[in-house]
Amino acid sequence: MISSTSDTILSIEDLHASVEEQEILHGVNLLVKEGEIHAIMGRNGSGKSTLSKVVAGHPSYKVLSGSIKFKGIDILELAPEERARIGIFLGFQYPVEIPGVSNLEFLRVATNSRRKELLKSELDTFEFEDLVKERLKIVEMNAAFLERSVNEGFSGGEKKRNEILQMALLEPVISILDETDSGLDIDALRIVASGINRLSRPNSATILITHYQRLLNEITPDFVHIMADGKIIKTGNKDLAIDLEKSGYDFIDKNNKGKEMAQ
Amino acid sequence: MPQTNTVEEIVSQPYKYGFITEIETEKIPKGLNEDVIRLISAKKNEPDFLLNFRLRAYEQWLKMKEPDWSGLTYSKVDYQDLVYYAAPKQDIKKKSLEEVDPKLLETFEKLGIPLSEQKRLSNVAVDAVFDSVSIATTYKEKLAKHGVIFCSISEAISEYPGLIEKYMGTVVPINDNFFAALNSAVFSDGSFVYIPKGVECPMELSSYFRINSGDTGQFERTLIIAEESSSVSYLEGCTAPMFDTNTLHAAVVELVALDNASIKYSTVQNWYAGNEEGVGGIYNFVTKRGECRGKKSKISWSQVETGSAITWKYPSCVLQGDNSIGEFYSIALTNNFQKADTGTKMIHIGKNTKSKIVSKGISAGQSKNSYRGLVSISPNAEGSRNYSQCDSMLIGDKASANTYPYIQSKQPQSNIEHEASTCRISEDQLFYLQSRGIDFEESVSMLISGFCSDVFNELPMEFASEADKLLALKLEGSVG
Repeated sequence: MISSTSDTILSIEDLHASVEEQEILHGVNLLVKEGEIHAIMGRNGSGKSTLSKVVAGHPSYKVLSGSIKFKGIDILELAPEERARIGIFLGFQYPVEIPGVSNLEFLRVATNSRRKELLKSELDTFEFEDLVKERLKIVEMNAAFLERSVNEGFSGGEKKRNEILQMALLEPVISILDETDSGLDIDALRIVASGINRLSRPNSATILITHYQRLLNEITPDFVHIMADGKIIKTGNKDLAIDLEKSGYDFIDKNNKGKEMAQ
Repeated sequence: MPQTNTVEEIVSQPYKYGFITEIETEKIPKGLNEDVIRLISAKKNEPDFLLNFRLRAYEQWLKMKEPDWSGLTYSKVDYQDLVYYAAPKQDIKKKSLEEVDPKLLETFEKLGIPLSEQKRLSNVAVDAVFDSVSIATTYKEKLAKHGVIFCSISEAISEYPGLIEKYMGTVVPINDNFFAALNSAVFSDGSFVYIPKGVECPMELSSYFRINSGDTGQFERTLIIAEESSSVSYLEGCTAPMFDTNTLHAAVVELVALDNASIKYSTVQNWYAGNEEGVGGIYNFVTKRGECRGKKSKISWSQVETGSAITWKYPSCVLQGDNSIGEFYSIALTNNFQKADTGTKMIHIGKNTKSKIVSKGISAGQSKNSYRGLVSISPNAEGSRNYSQCDSMLIGDKASANTYPYIQSKQPQSNIEHEASTCRISEDQLFYLQSRGIDFEESVSMLISGFCSDVFNELPMEFASEADKLLALKLEGSVG
């Protein structure tokens, strides 16, 4: 699937970013091309979630220096909704509950805002119901979820499936899935993973942020990056994740320290 | 919150209904005395009992003091500087819409309330009130076939004096409070509804109140009577032009529900709120009360209060009949220097009476928004229950929200629950919606609609979306 002629979707260069006056990212570099699946692993607090929020444009996170380009366009000045419309999707680690807002209506408004960007016709309530019912199958969700408020009272697994449903409807160019596997039992993990696999397209890309190898047994990454202290410190193929699972992060730390000292 | 300023900009959209209709108006001179009251009564050809009602109220009012307990501060009203009767000049005996001044029809059409037969709302009967008089009532004939009376209160006084004499002032007595006494003395017009025994009113009834004159006090009087086993749903809407003076609006609404009867009363209040510096706007000092006189009767108030410089009102239910039910659903949105002190009183007298209160207050700018409510359970009200939920949402850091729940229970076998919460627009919720491509304004609007959804669900179908739009209008530039 990967070829050297593939177009670059996302390029992050020397990215420094802070939240609440504290610098969290200390120079991240990442290049993601069409058709690729990347996994970013690392300990809690290593900056993985911060990276995903910065790319999506969360207002609490401030970019200090460096650049983020989507298909060659600088996106740092774009509002979160504009980033979403051009095809950047963030799957949340903790999707928020929004009481009183109908899930169906939310999904429809979101889908239409993306469709508008793609110069596709907006869908009315009936047309949208047809589409969403078909997409529900991908995540094996019951239509009853549509009638409820956004994520309200959903179990952990249901919330994650609702995230993948949104991904299925928005048809993003790049999906950054932040610990989509956390808190899922084996069955839910399979459903979510198979959903992600079914949704990957030759001209789109996926970044999986995860702690564990187990999601990577279901979705095979082309690249595995290890993050520590706000930087990507090691990049390899799927075997790196397996090594990591075997030896733990301490192993990487030691290795890395040795390298630093050698330099 | 970094985006506070933008949220505040969104909640500060211009008032759409601020235009003035240029029309010749008949006004009586400013000031209030016995002669003025006699003049109003004479202009309306009222029977003696009503003139006496007015005069007794006036006598009481003179002895009363303007209340000041609410903590609302406002420049006091000079009651001698108000006009107590203003009416557009036209043939008073308007038999058909063709005789109504086209300017008036145009005004209501502009407000979204077309009255002409071709354009009128299909399943809603409307009574349109302009300054002190009712202009037209639609669907009267259709309603008459069911025995339903829906007309202006003036017409009811001349056509059905027996019903007026029997019920008016029995729910809100003439000396109930300062503003109710004033209203009882000088009320101009308003709506009258009578639903006979066993009749389910076949359509929504609606009154639309328009203040046009700047120096005219507005004193409407509404009376709704639901006989045994009948039911009705009624909605009132209100708008006014923009003036830099404060206009007083002191209405009285009385509801009577007999055995097994049910009244649903909804209000969408969008009087002019004053400008962003707090100059001008309506003083909305209103007394609304319903009595569940019969067994298993039900009165449900729902209100969407977005306008007025000051709103001071407590639509209440007196639950006399055993097993009767009272409900209050409220959304109050204040911005700039608006103040709202609103809530309800649920007075449990009969056995096994139930009440439910759901209040949603949204305060932006430097506004003050208070919920004030009383739940009172009398010694005989065994097995009574109340549930109250009061939620406030603050936008920006200069607005304030207060909750004053008063609970008096003299009956140990009763059950009272109260929940209250205060929140801000959550940045994480906003970001979640935005990160799905929904723009900032629409996201804010969705969150506020979501916050209010418990109350929207209680509004009549035809108006729920209208109310949502009204909030959206206050909250964003474009209406979706």
